[in-house]
Amino acid sequence: MTHWLIAPVVLPAMLAPFIVLAARYHIGIQRVFSLAGVLMLIGISGGLAWAAADGTVMLYQLGDWAAPFGIVLVGDRLSTMMVLLTVVLALFVLIYAISSGWDNRGRHFHALFQFQLMGILGAFLTGDLFNLFVFFEVLLIASYGLMIHAGGTKRLRAGVQYVLFNLIGSTLFLFALGAIYAETGTLNMADLANRVGLISADETVGIRLAAVLLLLVFAIKAAVVPLHFWLPSSYAEAPAPVAALFAIMTKVGAYAIIRVYTLIFPPDVAVTAGLHDTWLLPAALISLAIGMIGVLAAKKLDRLVAFSIIGSMGMVMVSIALFTPAGIAAALYYIVHSTLAGAALFLISDLVRAGRANLDLTAQPPIAGATLTAGLYFVGAIAMAGLPPLSGFLGKLLVLDAGFDTDLMVWIWAIVLGSSLISVVGFARAGSILFWKAKSVEGDQTVPPPATMSYVAVGGLIALLVAHTVLAGQMHRYTNSIAAQLFAPAPYISTVVDTPGKLSDGTKTEEDH
Amino acid sequence: MELLIASAIGVLTAAGIYLVLRLRTFPVILGISLLTYAVNVFLFTSGRVAVGVPPVLRDDITTYTDPLPQALVLTAIVISFGMTAVVVMIGLGAFLGSDDDHVDDQPNDRSEGTS
Repeated sequence: MTHWLIAPVVLPAMLAPFIVLAARYHIGIQRVFSLAGVLMLIGISGGLAWAAADGTVMLYQLGDWAAPFGIVLVGDRLSTMMVLLTVVLALFVLIYAISSGWDNRGRHFHALFQFQLMGILGAFLTGDLFNLFVFFEVLLIASYGLMIHAGGTKRLRAGVQYVLFNLIGSTLFLFALGAIYAETGTLNMADLANRVGLISADETVGIRLAAVLLLLVFAIKAAVVPLHFWLPSSYAEAPAPVAALFAIMTKVGAYAIIRVYTLIFPPDVAVTAGLHDTWLLPAALISLAIGMIGVLAAKKLDRLVAFSIIGSMGMVMVSIALFTPAGIAAALYYIVHSTLAGAALFLISDLVRAGRANLDLTAQPPIAGATLTAGLYFVGAIAMAGLPPLSGFLGKLLVLDAGFDTDLMVWIWAIVLGSSLISVVGFARAGSILFWKAKSVEGDQTVPPPATMSYVAVGGLIALLVAHTVLAGQMHRYTNSIAAQLFAPAPYISTVVDTPGKLSDGTKTEEDH
Repeated sequence: MELLIASAIGVLTAAGIYLVLRLRTFPVILGISLLTYAVNVFLFTSGRVAVGVPPVLRDDITTYTDPLPQALVLTAIVISFGMTAVVVMIGLGAFLGSDDDHVDDQPNDRSEGTS
């Protein structure tokens, strides 16, 4: 049993209290430890992803208790890829937060940052539904603190909305877990996968209710319309590096939907038939449309980026809702792209904010370092809007291709292509007002340009996007193999359920009702 | 007993949802507290209602209640209690800063850039 699998959870969990307790008043030491922690996490996650790449399913039993009784962490291709994506994003966000001084505008940024990482990585790795709830809470608690970092009344008000919305989401999650436990007597995902299939057709009321409630909870996280209302103001008011890190949080919802609805409630289980194609797909198409219309309608740059996050999550969910291997593979390719592009755009909007009075889309005197910022905005907008040559275009092609032979093909193509056009117009309008019309406004530049390392952080994200485009063949092949593993869950289930541990001898049926 | 518990969960949930829809910080926080009470009772009974039987193994006792929901509900109680404290603090800060306890954005806020 390899202990490395729990390292992405334990390492930030140890670092965060150390930063709070030992380095409380030393921002320099905090920065060093935070950066070192993220670099070590990248090494560990890279190793885990490498180990899982050949299709092995890694299992870690906490306390050596066997699966349905103890909590397990499971690392397969999907989890390890999401873990790696998170920590790579975290590195660039951290570099930006340090170089722009955001981490020093309030207390405990680095400790909360590490707790946030712990929650996200744990949510990706856990193999137990209740443990998933606990990790969701860990990442939410940290995100509450990060979201109101540096204070301010507007930020606090947005924070209240964000916290309340997520509290209701957590309550729904608990209702769903209670219903699942009452129906099946287990909360281990692999064990659930075995038991849901055993429920007879005339007793499915409870489990169907639980499946829909769970989908609602994950849809809140993934900001699918009509559950997206928390996202625009909380992402726009959050400090920019925090908003950039939050770009992965919507993907936690997408990950949970992929995991639960391929493993526990796969599309061919009669219990939840119709949930994906009747409900999820239209909702996803509407979120895509609303997100991109929001890009065109936004009056401020940070809200524009927040709406583009909703739109790109809509694209991801359209692809997921097809629930075919091709659809999941396209969704995973697009998840990597939209995380990097969304984070880069949030950081760019902070570069713009640094040189202006506010982020309103009105003509104001040109900002310091406008040429470089404008160039980065141009590349980021191309990526997010899905124009060639960057990975957004390829991801969109994959989604269109995956949706080609479905019943709703016309709708998918029309909305994906139409919303792309709208978002191109929206991004072009914002860019021309911010960077071109500024030339016609007189004003003196008193604000110094942003630090070089800030540009390095944004440039690093853009470089990753370019790499994601250049290596699209390899990436898509890998996401295809992830999808293949997801749609053949037998090795996952047998690894989790059949690996011996304490209590594993013949007592397995004791928990049945 | 089942009827009592079921109707308690129902009444708590209904009152909680009503209060959440009031859109002022204080009633919404109260409503969320009620909702978490409801979900805690619901979780507690998800292992089936069994009156007067122990959850841990003892000699010469044959019927047990399911101990796992009790462990789950402990976790849920701790988390929801902590979260309520957090939201009270943030809500208080927002109220003292803006002298307004509406949860939703007000129309006059909207003119300054909420789209």
